[in-house]
Amino acid sequence: MPVKTQAIGKSYPPFEYEVGKEKIAEYARVVGEESPVYFDRGAATEAGFRDVVAPPMFAVIYSWGAVAHPALDPEVDLNFAMLVHGGQEFAWAEPVCSGDLITTVASVKDITEKGGMGFYVFETVSTNQDGQEVVRGTWTNIVRGVS
Amino acid sequence: MNVELKVTPDKYLPHRYAGASGDFNPIHIDVDFAKQVGLPSNILHGLYTMAQVARASVNAAGGDPRSLRRLSVQFRGMGFPEQEITVTGSVKEEHEGRVVIAAEAEQGGNRIIRNAEAELQTSG
Repeated sequence: MPVKTQAIGKSYPPFEYEVGKEKIAEYARVVGEESPVYFDRGAATEAGFRDVVAPPMFAVIYSWGAVAHPALDPEVDLNFAMLVHGGQEFAWAEPVCSGDLITTVASVKDITEKGGMGFYVFETVSTNQDGQEVVRGTWTNIVRGVS
Repeated sequence: MNVELKVTPDKYLPHRYAGASGDFNPIHIDVDFAKQVGLPSNILHGLYTMAQVARASVNAAGGDPRSLRRLSVQFRGMGFPEQEITVTGSVKEEHEGRVVIAAEAEQGGNRIIRNAEAELQTSG
């Protein structure tokens, strides 16, 4: 089955995520972070953050809900049985802190086919409650056996 | 600037990462399911391993999370719990207070993250 490309350029409804101090701490602990700026309000504000700050890769926590939209869109038609997460990029801007309300919008950046594999590239743009961009994500999914 | 980090995720790390991230795909947390679909055991979440590359990069820049401006990775081989992961990297480019690091993550001789590129702000 060749890839369907009609969803290229499509964007999806925003996904909102409210960042909490204990969720940051849970994530930071799991990935092995030790800096007090991820756990302690005093240490974070002393380092110049508005509140306890999220580790950069916490981006996956607040943007995941937005990526689900293109991933589950019948027009994109991702074959989950043959799917692998091929690549990932994040470009960070304003730091994300406890108490922030992050809004993420996902879009389909590209769908291509090469050597029997389908490359599905989704983009997410996340902004905070003040309208500042916090991160831009590029999610590359590879589906084997498309032709 | 050199990037180096070693970490051994324990047996239940994928379960804790599933809880923290919401990704409960059984290939990560259920050994029997993983074997049924042809894997040797349950596998690590790729984004957990990417977080180790991020952590190694931030540490190399002095520990401030604001120093990491961009990180891109390619996921290749599968990572497993209870085996040491080594993240290594070295400077590829340097210009105007920004450093680009080329990095990878290896486990038991398999490069599980390849062609990682981290852009770090080192001043300002």
